[in-house]
Amino acid sequence: MSALRVALLKGGPSLERQVSLRSAARVEDALERLGLEVISIDVDTTLVEQLRESDADVAFVALHGRGGEDGTVQELLEIVGIPYTGSGVLACMRCMDKVLTKHLLTREDLPTPDFFAFSEVAFREFGAAKALPAIEERLGFPLVVKPAAQGSALGIKFAGSPADVPEALIAAFSYDERVLLERYVKGRELAVSLLEDDGGDVKALPVVEARTKQEYFFDFEARYEIGKTDYTCPADLPPEVTARAQELAVDTYRLLGCYAFARVDMILAEDGTLQVLEAQAIPGLTETSLLPQAADAAGISFDRLVERLVELALRRAAAVAV
Amino acid sequence: VTDRHQTTSHEIERYAGLFAKRTRQMRSSAMRDLMAITARPEVISFAGGLPDTSTFPASTFSAITTTIANESCASALQYGPTGGFEETKRCVAEVMAAEGMRADPEDLLITTGGQQVIDLVTKTLVDPGDVVICEAPTYPGAVPVFSSYEADVVQIEMDADGMRIDLLEETLDRLDGEGRLPKFIYTVPTFQNPAGVTMSGPRRKRLVEIARERELLVLEDNPYGLLRYEGEPLPPLRALDGGVYVLYLGTFSKIFSPGVRLGWVAAPGPVLAKIELGKQATDLCTSSLTQQVVDGFFSDGRWRGYVQEQCTLYRRRRDAMLDALAEFFPAEAEWTQPGGGLFIWATLPEFIDTEDLLAKALREENVAFVPGAAAFVDGRGGSSMRLNFSIASDDEILEGIRRIGKVVDEQISLYGTLSGRSTTRPASMRRDQRGTGAAPDDPGLADVVHFPRRAGERRGAQGS
Repeated sequence: MSALRVALLKGGPSLERQVSLRSAARVEDALERLGLEVISIDVDTTLVEQLRESDADVAFVALHGRGGEDGTVQELLEIVGIPYTGSGVLACMRCMDKVLTKHLLTREDLPTPDFFAFSEVAFREFGAAKALPAIEERLGFPLVVKPAAQGSALGIKFAGSPADVPEALIAAFSYDERVLLERYVKGRELAVSLLEDDGGDVKALPVVEARTKQEYFFDFEARYEIGKTDYTCPADLPPEVTARAQELAVDTYRLLGCYAFARVDMILAEDGTLQVLEAQAIPGLTETSLLPQAADAAGISFDRLVERLVELALRRAAAVAV
Repeated sequence: VTDRHQTTSHEIERYAGLFAKRTRQMRSSAMRDLMAITARPEVISFAGGLPDTSTFPASTFSAITTTIANESCASALQYGPTGGFEETKRCVAEVMAAEGMRADPEDLLITTGGQQVIDLVTKTLVDPGDVVICEAPTYPGAVPVFSSYEADVVQIEMDADGMRIDLLEETLDRLDGEGRLPKFIYTVPTFQNPAGVTMSGPRRKRLVEIARERELLVLEDNPYGLLRYEGEPLPPLRALDGGVYVLYLGTFSKIFSPGVRLGWVAAPGPVLAKIELGKQATDLCTSSLTQQVVDGFFSDGRWRGYVQEQCTLYRRRRDAMLDALAEFFPAEAEWTQPGGGLFIWATLPEFIDTEDLLAKALREENVAFVPGAAAFVDGRGGSSMRLNFSIASDDEILEGIRRIGKVVDEQISLYGTLSGRSTTRPASMRRDQRGTGAAPDDPGLADVVHFPRRAGERRGAQGS
């Protein structure tokens, strides 16, 4: 693949800007080790011009969060006509929107914790607050309140009683116009990363289990700081549970229409069931991120991972061109 | 081709296993990430603590550095004594005299910024588990220093007169009963960062007495004393104590330039000697070059006029921010009225988490502040924020506070909807409050629901 020009898209205005910069720094090193020419682009209002001027053969999208992971940048890349890494527009939209993800899962009978979703408009203009007691009764306490579209754990709150719910909703609405209230499922946190192989088949990588010292919660800080979270990869699970988790992850990946790679986060509940929480269309690629760890456990080095993502981007573009 | 080594997950684990235990206490990355976004050019940021260095005449700077180049080039480029140059100490003595203190050169050590004083003092005095007492809220930048030496930080509430000395004494008695002796009390008595309040005269006297009675050290951090916009100066703790139990931290950062990284500590001889050994281990000496820059500006007295100009500028910006707060912040909010310094501390209804509010403010309105939790070690301060008024223009202050007020209003109104409490009121009614900064007395607002205020509310409280 020598002489390929790669536009590395990073940063941007999202709240996950710093995580993206850390992902991109690693990717840049890998691309250079692979002998590719890298044009680094910190995404801003000049993105389209920069892409056109870059004369890039392919774009590596190392963006996380709003704008970069929700289909927006992917749409622009389609228009500019540059092949890009990772999922397409529709899959990005489905993954970024946890509510949409969960509706699709429910429709296909894939397990996900019970939930209700509301927009700010519902509360402001349609009196949705009156529905809260019924929701609380249905979901029980504690319940989890999340912004519908926020890739990291920012804005996720636990409400232990009805009195906590308004405050938790306010927090979640700080990140998005829509929030979801979800049944809290106690159990082990598993992340199943997926990567398409050279033949274009999606393969689940070894399961990672994440454990923080905190009682409830895998929070933003722990997720991105070395030494704050204990990861086990492969997770210490009975083989049939591992197989079920991987199968569920593959089903979720296909359902959402992902391409090349993704990560599916799930809970192994105390009753032994697996419940999908969400999927990441552009999983973190930082030094503490889960997908690179899982790839590593499967014998796929970071450089090989990056190389494959570039190859898959080119292959999709070639297939479309044919 | 890069020769940078590829880092694998295994290696990360290996590094993590090698980290010192004390790094576990080094906190917060989510907020650090958010704060990084506040530096983007389109953001109006009240988050920093920056003096406005754009007012410093480039011609003056050029003349100073030219003189250094012509007259003392070799020594400016050379190592200097660990304690600092005598010329710099003379400048320090002059600044301290302006604050009402006498300092002899042998009491002084020049440091790489005031921050290094906090580090060196903690390094010199604190063993893991030792108690350090500070204000609640405290200077956010001090918290990681205390944490890195594994200090047990105990915070004492403040009101409009600064640290509550009655609570300090209660706390000292309690610690005494537990057989724990605090090593030192860290305080910013004048125009405190982040709260903007000033410790009253009687409390200063009592604090110094307590230090003497209990043989405790006090670290008096005074970056803002000369940035006074009204009223008469109160004596620094060191002036009251004569430099026996009070260690004094000064800095050129706010009165001249944080870029020169020059601060100092005045301390009793035996303490200073240990601090000097610590300084030697840390960085051998403070920059010779920037000490000469400071000497070039401070030795002929020009700095006094510059500080006066800065005070005039900051006073105007403070007033602009107080006016904007009165106009755009809701009646449920309260904030301090600093007589100097760089910061206002605002507290919102307790159902608002200012870390989440910051995300919304950045996302929707391109405006930033420091969430209050950064100034506490115990999870308090979640509904407060620190607002800096020294770096933004008057127009930016007005616009930025309007934007924060807007997101706060949205959260309050949404909370009212969610909790079944009505909080709606015509926005026009609020215009009447401009300039008062106080609770509304318009009878038309009498039926507005008032949310319970936080315990220990600051504005107007006068307990001692």
